[in-house]
Amino acid sequence: MRVWKYGDNINTDMLFPGKYTYTCATPEEIKPHLLEDLDPSFAGNVKNGDIIFAGKNFGCGSSREQPVLGLKSVGIQAVIAESFARIFYRAGINQGLVLIECPDAVKTYSEGDKIQVDAKKGAIVVAGKLFSFPILPNEILAIRDAGGLLAYTRLKLKKTKKVLNPKQHTITR
Amino acid sequence: MGKTFAEKILSKKSGVKDVASAGKTFAEKLLAKKAGLSHVVPGQIVTVKPDHLLTHDNTSAIIGKIQDELNEYGVVDPNLPVIVLDHVIPAANEKIASNHKKIREFVKKYKIKNFFDAGTGICHQVVLEKGFAVPGSLIVGSDSHTCSYGAVNSFSTGIDRTEAASILLTGETWLKVPETIRITLKGKLKKFVSAKDVILHIIGDISSSGANYCSIEFHGDIGQFSVSDRFTIANMGVEAGAKNTVFQVDDVTVGYLKKIGVKDYNPVWADPDASYLKELTYDISKISPVVACPHNVDNVKPVSELAGTEINQCLIGTCTNGRENDFRIAAEILKGKKVSPDIRLLILPASKTVFENCLKDGTIEILSNAGAIILPSGCGPCLGAHQGVLAPGERCLSTANRNFKGRMGCKESEIYLASPATVAASAIHGKITDPREVRK
Repeated sequence: MRVWKYGDNINTDMLFPGKYTYTCATPEEIKPHLLEDLDPSFAGNVKNGDIIFAGKNFGCGSSREQPVLGLKSVGIQAVIAESFARIFYRAGINQGLVLIECPDAVKTYSEGDKIQVDAKKGAIVVAGKLFSFPILPNEILAIRDAGGLLAYTRLKLKKTKKVLNPKQHTITR
Repeated sequence: MGKTFAEKILSKKSGVKDVASAGKTFAEKLLAKKAGLSHVVPGQIVTVKPDHLLTHDNTSAIIGKIQDELNEYGVVDPNLPVIVLDHVIPAANEKIASNHKKIREFVKKYKIKNFFDAGTGICHQVVLEKGFAVPGSLIVGSDSHTCSYGAVNSFSTGIDRTEAASILLTGETWLKVPETIRITLKGKLKKFVSAKDVILHIIGDISSSGANYCSIEFHGDIGQFSVSDRFTIANMGVEAGAKNTVFQVDDVTVGYLKKIGVKDYNPVWADPDASYLKELTYDISKISPVVACPHNVDNVKPVSELAGTEINQCLIGTCTNGRENDFRIAAEILKGKKVSPDIRLLILPASKTVFENCLKDGTIEILSNAGAIILPSGCGPCLGAHQGVLAPGERCLSTANRNFKGRMGCKESEIYLASPATVAASAIHGKITDPREVRK
């Protein structure tokens, strides 16, 4: 497991350049450009289970979800940052990517430190020191635990909608 | 109605009003209304049905995620989506052309009512002009600058593609009630200082994460700002991390809505005794033209400190500053003058309506005579997709909203952000120039 460490204000253009936003949508298309303008060594070396540490305001900028989809699909175990931009944080929930706001853990970490993350219990251990972070509310965890928002929506639709033909679903406002 | 222990203690011992009758912010009132609750508090998660869902060129990726569900359940309501093709128009390549085609087919198949094809305008301007953004409405969109509609008292905020896909099927989503920052603007702006300078100044002050997860309310001397100016300010709320940015409805708003034929709306505004996370006041009569330097929007400096910095391209327009008043101030500065031969000046009207209005009053002719290139109303150069991509080592001075590294298509280039007046003045000299120096 490797830890990738970055600074403050890592924006969506650094995580996934805007010029590819309308031509790359699948994990295979996204991966080669992941973090392209931030760290060209990332895409070729990232492995399943790796962790990212970052400073303040991680993921600021565009609402594009390729950075989140990409990080989830390459197997990033968690992004631990001092803070996140809100659309990015929401996208993390929607894709089932674990995003943790824990400034003290970020500040404590230095290269080579051993890391353990327990997202369910709200705990991170950095070099033997325990840090806790608030667990998400149940209604939000339900989305992440269903495997992301679309999986959650599919379950909801199956439960609540009778099998009607599409036309009967069109309500006039 | 039964009260909790905490509410009873608070109202009895400290004289503090209970939660239900305490003053509320705009966000608290609007989200309570939309969630069908008597009141809500910051941090509470509510389920809401947005009045509209905005999507653009990313509609093809959105519907691609839910093909089976669309076949089975259909779109929840054909009035809900507002779809505008704007991000890469006219299509720059075969892949994008195919995406656009897929969206047009989807619109026909599901009888989507509100579709605007390439050339109508930039999505946010279209949502405003076509009257979808009305006071007291709730709009979400799969674009971060959806926060712009607070200019006309709408609660509007950006979401991702996956969430947009889910809302197409269900018509609802969840929102956390945000804390609110109250910003009071006092005084009158000086000539050649604009709304853009105000919002850049504020972001420079509070930082690009200074309003993370928060709602921003603008109070004070806002009567001097047109709806277009308010749109510029609200558009950039997200650059400080805000969830939404909002203005009160006043005579200026009412006049604008009347002009575009919007009649039915129910404005919402904060109570005078609402409680805020933070309250900030700015004396805007003291603000001078500013520039946001690479590569963060909060790296803001007075234009005087940057005067003489050589530039290669100038961009006036985009959803931030691409309306009639923006081009008129540029034309006032460029009238009878020529753009420096070392500069490409790009003009990007926010919509076809804006373009036509500027054509009628002679603004476009002045800009064209000065040497400007007039682009179709879209997002191309702003996100580095096409039409104005930079080369390594080049600098662009732009009225757009972001100057992130690589934003205009090349990570070895630099983007500086400023007002239309500053960009116009700089285009003449090929160097960053204080607009107050050009027209004395």
